[in-house]
Amino acid sequence: MERVPILKLGDILIVSIQIDLDDQSVLALQEDLADRVVSSGARGVIIDITAVEIVDSFIGRMLSTIAAMTRMLDAETVVVGMRPAVAITLVELGLSLGGVRTALNLEKGVAALEHVRGTAG
Amino acid sequence: MTVPDEAAKRRIVDLFLSEEERLLRRWTQLSGASPDELRDLYQALRTALVDGAGDFADVRGLLAELSRARVRQGHTPSDTARMVFSLKEALYEAAEADGGPEALRGFVWFSQLVDDLGLYTFETYTAAREKIILDQAEQLLELSTPVVKLWEGIVAVPLVGTLDSARTQVVMEKLLQTLVETGSEHAVIDITGVPAVDTQVAQHLLKTVVAARLMGAECVISGIRPQIAHTIVTLGIEFGDIVTKASLADALSYALRRSGVEITGAERARIAVRAERP
Repeated sequence: MERVPILKLGDILIVSIQIDLDDQSVLALQEDLADRVVSSGARGVIIDITAVEIVDSFIGRMLSTIAAMTRMLDAETVVVGMRPAVAITLVELGLSLGGVRTALNLEKGVAALEHVRGTAG
Repeated sequence: MTVPDEAAKRRIVDLFLSEEERLLRRWTQLSGASPDELRDLYQALRTALVDGAGDFADVRGLLAELSRARVRQGHTPSDTARMVFSLKEALYEAAEADGGPEALRGFVWFSQLVDDLGLYTFETYTAAREKIILDQAEQLLELSTPVVKLWEGIVAVPLVGTLDSARTQVVMEKLLQTLVETGSEHAVIDITGVPAVDTQVAQHLLKTVVAARLMGAECVISGIRPQIAHTIVTLGIEFGDIVTKASLADALSYALRRSGVEITGAERARIAVRAERP
């Protein structure tokens, strides 16, 4: 099973998904991410899905779950780089990813997190 | 209908060949078409009947060409079909003059053949029309969905005409693609040119907005005319937390504010009137 690497940049964790996700790696990613948020005390998580071309309801739910999980640990999740085709698929599936922040690209995602931290104190 | 025997067929074909000049003259008279066109057709028919042994590909090709040419000249497709059918009348007169039962039985077979050919001209006409309509629909789809950049980071889609599923799909794809390419975080969907909004159109709009939101862009819907606002409320359509504005100008100023652009009005020129004291 391939594991998705988690990178740390200041107090932000960056997850760039470059592989075809199967159910096992999704579950592993959720666990790894929760561990890293706690151990590093990160305040923000960015999930980059630029390379993801195919999504299903499971991956859609994964994004919501990760967002909810990190919020419990006081970190904001931003999903960045969603392709148009992926966005259309998710809408057709009826998943609107409530509670997940999104940004067009990594740069804007980082900027969005800066903004959140700025208002939080 | 009984199947005419070979003898009957041969008799009518013989008649068709031997009476060529008279038939052609009568055909021209009845149909009012140009003799040259009919002569070409006659030749092709003769070749098909004698040498081709029932292979009418050439005749059909000629008919298709004729049908197109006549439409361009302003004839209706019925005219063209009637022109082909009038060959039957001409031949019937010849068969009656011949008087034999063979010739009349053969005529029934021949008239079926002419019917087929006449209908073929009609089919060609419909197929040509169908193609034009399809091409135009495609062009319309491409033309009618421009995505324009209003400001750095703000794009707009002025929608004109009725929205259906196919068009919404094109609009949605094009808008999302433009958002990625230009890195715009704000999009304005202007529906001033949409004549009516029903539940289905609203559903399509909502989908587009949600998809844009998933990608990290905010959508504003603008250009909602009073009647449309009324319809939307009457139908009980919920736009939820989607921002809607009455005009494109309002939407633009909202998007500008959201992206942190400050707008100041130009200073008005002041005219001071001072009365001179004597």
